[in-house]
Amino acid sequence: MNVLIYLVPIALALGITALFAFMWSLKNGQYEDSEGPAHRILSDEDVKK
Amino acid sequence: MNDGLETIDFSSFVRPAEQGRASMDLALDGVDCAACMDDIERTMAAVAGVVSARLNLTTYRLRLIWEADKTDASALINALAKGGYRAYPFEQSRVEQEETRRTQWLLKCLAVAGFASMNIMLLSVSVWSGNATDITPETRDFFHWLSALIALPAAAYAGQPFFRSALASMRAGKLNMDFPISLGILLALTMSVVETALHGQEAYFDSAVMLLLFLLAGRYLDQAMRKRTRAAAGNLAALKGEMAQRVGADGALVAVPVGVLKAGDQIFVRPGDRIPADGVILSGSSEIDTSLVTGETLRARVGSGAQVYAGSMNFDGALSVQVTAAGEGTMLDEVARLVEKAGEARSRYMRLADRAARVYAPIVHVTAASTLVFWLLMGAGAHHAIIIAISVLIITCPCALALAVPAVQVVAAGHLFRAGIFLNNADALERLAEIDTIVFDKTGTLTLPDPNVVNAWALEPDLLQRAARLALSSRHPLALAVSRLAVDVAPFDQVEEVTGAGVRALVDGVDLRLGSAEFCQAQTHQPSSPDVSLIYLRFGARQAAIEIRQSLRPDAVATMAGLRQRGFDLHILSGDRPEAVEPLAHQLAIAQADGGMTPAQKIAAIEALRAQGRKVLMVGDGINDAPALAAAYASLSPITAADLAQAQADAVFLSDRLAPVAHALDLARQSRALMRQNLWIAVIYNAFAVPLAIAGYVTPLIAAAAMSGSSIIVTLNALRMRGVAREASPERAANSASPFSLSAREHRA
Repeated sequence: MNVLIYLVPIALALGITALFAFMWSLKNGQYEDSEGPAHRILSDEDVKK
Repeated sequence: MNDGLETIDFSSFVRPAEQGRASMDLALDGVDCAACMDDIERTMAAVAGVVSARLNLTTYRLRLIWEADKTDASALINALAKGGYRAYPFEQSRVEQEETRRTQWLLKCLAVAGFASMNIMLLSVSVWSGNATDITPETRDFFHWLSALIALPAAAYAGQPFFRSALASMRAGKLNMDFPISLGILLALTMSVVETALHGQEAYFDSAVMLLLFLLAGRYLDQAMRKRTRAAAGNLAALKGEMAQRVGADGALVAVPVGVLKAGDQIFVRPGDRIPADGVILSGSSEIDTSLVTGETLRARVGSGAQVYAGSMNFDGALSVQVTAAGEGTMLDEVARLVEKAGEARSRYMRLADRAARVYAPIVHVTAASTLVFWLLMGAGAHHAIIIAISVLIITCPCALALAVPAVQVVAAGHLFRAGIFLNNADALERLAEIDTIVFDKTGTLTLPDPNVVNAWALEPDLLQRAARLALSSRHPLALAVSRLAVDVAPFDQVEEVTGAGVRALVDGVDLRLGSAEFCQAQTHQPSSPDVSLIYLRFGARQAAIEIRQSLRPDAVATMAGLRQRGFDLHILSGDRPEAVEPLAHQLAIAQADGGMTPAQKIAAIEALRAQGRKVLMVGDGINDAPALAAAYASLSPITAADLAQAQADAVFLSDRLAPVAHALDLARQSRALMRQNLWIAVIYNAFAVPLAIAGYVTPLIAAAAMSGSSIIVTLNALRMRGVAREASPERAANSASPFSLSAREHRA
């Protein structure tokens, strides 16, 4: 069972990373528009020429 | 709206940004497809000085950032208008900001609870399977401590919405649903920590956090729907785009958004404009139509010194008005006072969920306490007895009960939203479901808010079309009514407007005139009823008189018949003259119709109905209806209603038709039935789970299965709700496609 000593922290670290990623995306305003991005992906306008 | 010549002052909406940039939010109308997004953003990005243009397709709002020294707000709005998109500067109301902030907060709590419950469940499942096989006590303790490490901070953070609300309710002396929830979670966590310290086999960390996750999901959905409704309402308010012509210090006119007017400002009201604020006339005289204020359909002549109210339509003369705050003794002051008094009655309404909680909480707590006493008397150890008592609290923790009502509300609000009905109050649905009597205002509610041509059938079609096209060039309210009939919406070239008389143009070499009888050299026409206004037409040798009146909403007769059939008792209370009310009541077959009612009399009439034990729904739009809207058990307003009336309404509907009234009532009844079913499901669930818990058979595994099972059942039950039946009507289809767009009628106005 010694394997738990590093497996459990890894599992928790992964979970916390995901949580922080979510918090970042929330703060970044990614949940303000749930419709637009689906269409925006089809547009080339954001490609800097 | 504006001809591009006047100066418009948008400075109150422009926010400075870093590096000499400025930004502004705009509410947009005319966005009806995803391709528009690309179009708008490309158009705006091409304007010199624009740094970024980003359209939010969920709220239909555009955020522009530009170099402050290269372009300005008016130029950008004009650029949008050229592309065919009406845009109005927009500022989030404080209420909406608050909603947005709360939505984000709930989403954060939800994320934390989700993270915690997943990780704890991972550990718990290991313990459960280990308990059945060969887990060592050391490993189990290690897993329990890990769970505690995750659960305690997570619950402290994610439980805040419940803990705060429970504390507030305790202070107010009325326990709400959040009290048993908070108590259950706290006790479950405490017991689990103690059990873990004592090397016990079972801990309830997973139950406590999962409970939070489910409840937060319900809260978040509820909140998200409310925020969306609020955003739509905010856009509609902005898109009305009410502008006022403010007289500046140098005497020049500057167009400013109505919201920034202050008492003491001097404004100029042109013929054909709505008066944008309450005030006193300084100079000028005109006929004004106060139907939005008092319900009176006959126009009144006013001169300097007269008090005028926001929402009145100025007909034929230019007015200079000094803006005043609601002064003592004015009608508005009276209305505000009545509203305040009338609103008290409604605040006494107790929501279904709170009523359930009031019965539920004591039963649960008494059951848990007696379980404890029972097991102590039976000779069980104190430790064992406490564990069983707490498991009773956990298993009864109202997962299903707390989801029962919000789940239905979210589904119902979604259906209403698509049908163009926006809820202002969370408990409006419950109150709407109990309605048995409906009181309608006449002007602007049963009738359309803007006048319409009523004798189109009697006129030659080609003549009428020419008149309608000519009318497009005039700002006069009567001309506006005629212009709505235009099929070809391109105005004639070289139209001359003669102030106070009419408009003329040369069409195919023939003189075409629309206006007063003298202007058109027409014989005076005898109107078919006293509230009809006349506008004359001359085209060469031909002439005609067009009758214009506020006409019934197109489906009023059918909707009234439908409502009566469903057993609603219908009344009309109007501020208009009894002679004007009577024929309309006859047409709608409504027996109880009263005219000439003051706001106070309307309240008295509603109070009288209430005294008979009736639950009254008030449907009205005028400022004079506001107190009655506040006093009634539930209330609805059309989107064209005065702001003061809309603020009192439980829901606002966006349609030229009256059908939304019936839809709202139907959906409310359906959702109430579902809420009740859900509450009963929760009760039945408890009837099975509680005896098991009292008997001491509930393990964390059973608790987890029971809680998620019951939550899923009530959610699925809520989803059974059928939406409003889709009717084959282009107008409704348009409304349901984009609840953010104003109807075609509003566009023109």
